[in-house]
Amino acid sequence: MSSLTREEVEKVSLLARLRLSEEELSTMTEQMSQIVSYVELLEEVNTDDVEPMAHAVEQHNIFAEDAEHESLPRDAALANAPKRDDECFRVPAVLGD
Amino acid sequence: MALYEASATQLLSQLESGEVTSVEVTQACLDRIREHDGAVGAFLKVMDEKALAKAAEVDRKRKAGEDLGLLAGVPVAVKDLLCTEGEVTTCASKMLENFVPPYSSTVIKKLEAADAVIVGKTNMDEFAMGGSTENSALGKTRNPWNTDLVPGGSSGGAAACLAAQMVPLSIGTDTGGSIRQPASFCGVVGLKPTYGRVSRFGLIAFASSLDQIGPMARTAEDTALFLEAMAGHDPQDSTSANVACPLFSKTVDQPLEGLRIGLVKEHFGEGLDSEVEKSVREAVAVYEKLGAKVVDISLPHNKYGIATYYIIAPSEASSNLARFDGAHYGHRCDEATMLEELQKEKEAFEAAGDELGLKRMDTPLIRMYRQSRAEGFGPEVKRRIMLGTYTLSAGYYDAFYLKALKVRRLIREDYDKAFKAVDVIVGPTAPNPAFAAGSKTNDPLAMYLEDLYTVTANLAGIPAISIPCGMTSGGLPVGLHMQAPALEEDRLLRAAYMFQKETAWHAKTPSL
Repeated sequence: MSSLTREEVEKVSLLARLRLSEEELSTMTEQMSQIVSYVELLEEVNTDDVEPMAHAVEQHNIFAEDAEHESLPRDAALANAPKRDDECFRVPAVLGD
Repeated sequence: MALYEASATQLLSQLESGEVTSVEVTQACLDRIREHDGAVGAFLKVMDEKALAKAAEVDRKRKAGEDLGLLAGVPVAVKDLLCTEGEVTTCASKMLENFVPPYSSTVIKKLEAADAVIVGKTNMDEFAMGGSTENSALGKTRNPWNTDLVPGGSSGGAAACLAAQMVPLSIGTDTGGSIRQPASFCGVVGLKPTYGRVSRFGLIAFASSLDQIGPMARTAEDTALFLEAMAGHDPQDSTSANVACPLFSKTVDQPLEGLRIGLVKEHFGEGLDSEVEKSVREAVAVYEKLGAKVVDISLPHNKYGIATYYIIAPSEASSNLARFDGAHYGHRCDEATMLEELQKEKEAFEAAGDELGLKRMDTPLIRMYRQSRAEGFGPEVKRRIMLGTYTLSAGYYDAFYLKALKVRRLIREDYDKAFKAVDVIVGPTAPNPAFAAGSKTNDPLAMYLEDLYTVTANLAGIPAISIPCGMTSGGLPVGLHMQAPALEEDRLLRAAYMFQKETAWHAKTPSL
């Protein structure tokens, strides 16, 4: 049975853009280890010559018509933003302090 | 018969004959919701005024002899993850508690065009992740058959409002069994259509290659009619199937001659409740009496379904849910507090001379993302985002995600082979009847195994239905699960109707 370390889980939480409390990190380490051990069941399946299947309906290159059409007005796009001005989404400073 | 007891099909004939008006029908549903939803908790929101206004409009159109849609004047409940323009659409998450979509999903537009009356939005597991509706951040839903028990999930509210006779029709979504398992627990009909049969445009995505919107109702006829109203190709969803949509309601009453039923030996193994097994075997006997032939089949990769699903679904979820970043919509943490905390951390690292700590500190933007998401998402959603991020991360991608995609093909090939020998595959929908609230919440893996019989249909993209087929000695409904090849929904609906003609399980209702 493979198990994840707390450090690995902490690293994943950064990649996942989630901030977990100390308690959550402990629970998550234990539960993810349990689930990952379970899914390792797949190792026993021989998949040597099997093509991966990413989609239930394997369609390729569904092109949209290259034509102008109405898009969501700016006001509507900004309407649900937690912070905004009249033109943009506002976020904490990205550069500098 | 009280109006709330009537099926959509019965209501439509009463509406057409002028026996009742849509306002009367809608009011009867609203009254029923007001009376019983305190105990059941199926709805997150009831839209009284809008519903009555739409009902009055349909009554006017009908009186004036104008053209009417397929569901003219019939009340419908909608799972709260379908974007509905101008109405808060929450996904039962704190993240989207105040989200008002700027457009409507295709399915909502189709319902409006069909002149259906939308009475409210139903509760669900947060972002459709779960099998009990206990993961909702916004309320509890209880099983109308016994309010100590869960209604199933994630479409728990959608199933409970049908069982409690609050509406005749209810929309669910199914990523791994989320329509069929709650249908089974609540004693109603739930159909997961073929992947692509119903447009997903405007559905808040969980796992895009598995998600499917589908109809839930109390009878096979209603389910057929409802599917007919919502199905069809949509240019706004490039994965929607570009094929003609059959008139399901016109064929549902045609029995299937010489039906070949497949019984999967892997379905009747360890973990299956003995009363569920008994009901399922009795249901198969009903089909045999009607002339069906039973064929024993094997789906050898079936046992890998859950493992495959719990790699693919969280992987897709981690990607889909990345859009909830606290910037564009949804919950955002309090910025002043966040910046203050960050400053304190910096000072602590500086005081300790911890260079590495300083270097690894979140930037304000990253901390805003992390803090907003930590506050907005509940435990199950976090668990799946974490799992998906892990299985997609460098070094693990091949071992988990790619491997799962290969096993997914083997699962599909098992079906292709089986459907050469049989017309439908029949078995239990869930391994057990509805369970007690709280009994599985601390054991995610036990909860995941609820989807044992249902996930493979999502992985393969084929249609599947759950219909009521019995009762346990404790008075809980048991669901019969039937699966068919892609685009053969009419076969499932006709098979369901055959069973309903012979039995009365679907007509049983809980006493509230």
